[in-house]
Amino acid sequence: MRFVDEFRDAEKARALAARIASLCEPGRQYKFMEVCGGHTHTIYKHGLEDYLPEGVSLVHGPGCPVCVIPMGRLDDAIAIAEQPDVIMTTFGDMMRVPGGRGSFFDSKAAGADIRMVYSPLDSLKIAKQNPDKHVVFMAIGFETTAPSTAMTVLRAKAEGIDNFSIFCNHVTIIPAIKAILDSPDLRLDGFLGPGHVSTVIGCRPYEFIAAVHRKPLVCAGFEPLDILQSVAMLLEQLQEGRVEVENQYTRVVPWDGNRKALQVINEVMELRPYFEWRGLGFISHSALKVRDEYAAFDAERIFPVPGVRVADPKACQCGEVLKGVIKPWECKVFGTACTPETPIGTCMVSSEGACAAYYNFGRFTRERVRVAITR
Amino acid sequence: MCLGIPGEVVELYPDRGDLAKVEVSGVRRAINIGLLEGEDVRPGDWVLIHVGFALSKIDEAEAAAALAFLEGIGQAYDDELAALADSRIE
Repeated sequence: MRFVDEFRDAEKARALAARIASLCEPGRQYKFMEVCGGHTHTIYKHGLEDYLPEGVSLVHGPGCPVCVIPMGRLDDAIAIAEQPDVIMTTFGDMMRVPGGRGSFFDSKAAGADIRMVYSPLDSLKIAKQNPDKHVVFMAIGFETTAPSTAMTVLRAKAEGIDNFSIFCNHVTIIPAIKAILDSPDLRLDGFLGPGHVSTVIGCRPYEFIAAVHRKPLVCAGFEPLDILQSVAMLLEQLQEGRVEVENQYTRVVPWDGNRKALQVINEVMELRPYFEWRGLGFISHSALKVRDEYAAFDAERIFPVPGVRVADPKACQCGEVLKGVIKPWECKVFGTACTPETPIGTCMVSSEGACAAYYNFGRFTRERVRVAITR
Repeated sequence: MCLGIPGEVVELYPDRGDLAKVEVSGVRRAINIGLLEGEDVRPGDWVLIHVGFALSKIDEAEAAAALAFLEGIGQAYDDELAALADSRIE
């Protein structure tokens, strides 16, 4: 067994790898999708695919919130940032994401006041400190960050802060998984469910995947052993003829999620009829917008936004990567025209994007495999 | 932004029930604990933090495992810690 000694608990890793191998039906090909970008990161960082038998492959899913923001929405955000007396605030991950007319970094260099923040509450503080400016928070993320944005809006309302709003780009994970299940391009045998999103939504929302689509899903933690164990749990289900939602990450994920977090999201936001996802196209009821009751905190209603759809660059295959149809290195521009320094597509920008993760760790791992084999 | 980072609660604010001071890899900052409604949060507890909000309580062993994992991933965690260090939530 290669490299297992790197794990803190090498014995367990070895046992899991052996268990996984014993659960595979000879000659059968298994394809599991890890929905979350955090999992993709762990898989490449630790070269986990090298521990799996030939017949088991992991496919990377759409669970990287930076990666799925379409270019047109970024252009809208930049249009807001360039309004007079606006301070745009954003998580650092968004700064280099290319839109149709450049990135936040480019816009900042051209004079727009764009600031990086750790938390939406930091944006709110900037609003309090700059009463003569309007502060906009670029709200992105799945259900892990949506409650934080909602809590911040509630706080702004409670404190009567009238120079703060959010540009809401929050997306929801279930419709994206549905879109992938409905996609004819891909045949999957099961899913590794996203760990932190599930902290909020719990495990129940995945039950349709087992009940309707007859695919098993295991909510997985982020450590290498968590992922190996989750793969073993998926294979056990298939071997025993079960199709269920299981929770490997019980240490953190409660079956029913975080009720308060769901309640505040629902208080401030509602589903949009449809939203464009980079690479996946328009998906019904897949994103959140600010409710009418909180319109005063909705940047989309306060500022004119172009709302123009911008097609991805022709060379970019982020869409196929996000759907798991191709691996990062199979993209035409991977590592040549598109690198973390000069990204063309979003998957290369975020450290949790599949392309950046593979660029940073994957080639290193392959090199180690070669060395280990020839040794 | 996507990383859940473990922090140890070191102090509560008597006049602000929705805030707690936590320590993350040596950095002490205020975070919001309003999403842990109904849970008893005390100094010495560990929480998993996303963008300035505690999303769940975790035990010390899970915190140690999560931290070891994060320290192993390098740049992304360094960036997150640097962002946290700049944070001044109130």
